[in-house]
Amino acid sequence: MPRYEPWNAERASEIIARYRHLEGAGLPILHALQETFGCVPEEAVPLVADALNLSRAEIHGTVTFYHDFRKEPPGRRVLKLCRAESCQAAGGDALAARAEAKLGVAMGETTLDRRVTLEPVYCLGLCHSSPAAMLDKHVFGMLDEAKLDALVKEAQA
Amino acid sequence: MSARIFISRDSGALCVGAEEVATAFRKAAEKRGLDVEIVRTGSRGMYWLEPLVEVAMQRGRVGYGPVKLSDVEALLDEGEKHRLCLGLVEDIPWLKSQTRLTFKNCGIIDPRSLEDYRAHGGYKGLEKALAVGPEATVEEVIISGLRGRGGAGFPTGIKWRTVAQTPPQQKYIVCNADEGDSGTFADRMIMEGDPFVLIEGMTIAGIAVGATYGYIYIRSEYPDAIEAMEIAIREARKGGMLGRGVAGSKFDFDMEVRAGAGAYVCGEETSLLESLEGKRGEVRAKPPLPAHIGLFGKPTVINNVLSLATVPIIMSDGGGFYRDFGMGKSRGTMPIQLAGNIKHGGLYETAFGITLGALVDDIGGGTRSGRPVRAVQVGGPLGAYFPRALFDTPFDYEAFTAADGLIGHGGIVVFDDTVDMAKQARFAMEFCAIESCGKCTPCRIGSARGVELVDKIVAGEDPVANLAVLEDLCNTMKFGSLCALGGFTPYPVMSALTHFPEDFGADRKRLHAAE
Repeated sequence: MPRYEPWNAERASEIIARYRHLEGAGLPILHALQETFGCVPEEAVPLVADALNLSRAEIHGTVTFYHDFRKEPPGRRVLKLCRAESCQAAGGDALAARAEAKLGVAMGETTLDRRVTLEPVYCLGLCHSSPAAMLDKHVFGMLDEAKLDALVKEAQA
Repeated sequence: MSARIFISRDSGALCVGAEEVATAFRKAAEKRGLDVEIVRTGSRGMYWLEPLVEVAMQRGRVGYGPVKLSDVEALLDEGEKHRLCLGLVEDIPWLKSQTRLTFKNCGIIDPRSLEDYRAHGGYKGLEKALAVGPEATVEEVIISGLRGRGGAGFPTGIKWRTVAQTPPQQKYIVCNADEGDSGTFADRMIMEGDPFVLIEGMTIAGIAVGATYGYIYIRSEYPDAIEAMEIAIREARKGGMLGRGVAGSKFDFDMEVRAGAGAYVCGEETSLLESLEGKRGEVRAKPPLPAHIGLFGKPTVINNVLSLATVPIIMSDGGGFYRDFGMGKSRGTMPIQLAGNIKHGGLYETAFGITLGALVDDIGGGTRSGRPVRAVQVGGPLGAYFPRALFDTPFDYEAFTAADGLIGHGGIVVFDDTVDMAKQARFAMEFCAIESCGKCTPCRIGSARGVELVDKIVAGEDPVANLAVLEDLCNTMKFGSLCALGGFTPYPVMSALTHFPEDFGADRKRLHAAE
């Protein structure tokens, strides 16, 4: 289970320095920042811009372009439910509604106790075993109501 | 000698409990004092049988599946008498009837072992490429008739030749592993099950066009594939197959993995290049082609995973051998992915020409829900919905184009008769609106207007006039968008309207009046 560090400019600069020499360092830096802080904090944008000799607007534009990069850290566990066509065909819509009801949040939200963030994902590449889900980095397929309930319970634990 | 048991580590197997089953086998064997080696492979692609456990016997590998935790003890007790015994895996008709070229080693070898890859014919293609030289290598790929498996179907060899003919300078090989289409998982399977074949394909491409560095851009939704590729790249480097003087030759080639960040449009090649450069994944206008001005402004070969992973067998067995499979201008084999509400979901590699109906009904076994098949979407979120009436369409680039569809990356998503096609058409527009990179107006604005129009039509709000507007909008998107996202979104929308008008709250007569 990920434990994220609080914002620390020095730590951020360290991370940026580790990747800035790469060709096309933008995404590797943003991924590394998010892995550490759970999100790409506003405060990191000028630091990245400075390191890559780009404008803050350009980095802001990049961060906000990609669905992956968060504005604030997620809950302790992240439950992603696949909402794409293959999972729709196999009953994914009903399961998504069920997960929302069980957790008391809508897609994209975090429970009040900050335990679980529920997110849609557009394809996990497990379409042979739809409906599919991912809890943190673990994958689950052939979901039905019972399996989903167990998954939600595990996420809440 | 210890007994060998093979259990997949492919995420399609892990998602139904393969890790737990492998652990249980290890523990049960220890408890019984059995000398067992558990090899973690990729998947054979018969996902309804996962977790599939294969045991090496004198006559071949005997399979058991789908194995639950509670089956492990009984399996060890009963062996081939167990009810889950499938006999020789190679003899299972679903597998036996395929023509596995790109996927010949997937599910068989240990994807983390360079040695195992070599033992199964690995690096024979590179050996040939080094023997015949860059020019003849490009020619061989042209002869094979291989076309881009990502969806566009552009001849791979022609792309290579264009890059090879640019003056010597820094050039790149980029592998597009941003497999975002729902209903597809073939790239993921290769990366998790046979990563060295992709490394070999990229290395051959590098030598053929004079590129010394490669990037594999893998979507972040595939953490297992990212890990598998990174492990394999390290192993290849250790074994002298990447880096300076590849395989003892005069050619240098190395590569690394880059993770995407959840943008569907980055599967479009120019958007992917922007993303690799660290920018917003906005589509570039073409020309210039990436072959001339690609990554960091340098000549770049950008190919899909399957295209590159097919190169080694083309080199080792010959372009002519590969070309002899298929039909018309679609040469070779296509790894077709059966998905959605389907009984036998998985990967079926076969020569082009098989009909859609054979794939869905005979091979896929119809729906998992047991209800009648009503529609299938072929080629991902940008592919057309086909009714049963078109099930005689052969799987072939041109035949699908003629039927107002596309084969795309080869995914088939099956829907039963509970599907609401108006909802699917709306989703296509909505997905385009969410994922549009925003660069061109037809895609950015058109998709948002498209959602509203479908809503109006379904609500019965002046349907005849709004249908005419929707059709007009689809035409604008199709011909006015910069890339396939805006350009192909009309396929699912128009096919749903054409083949399933009853779902739009309009009877056929009214729809025809609109035309």
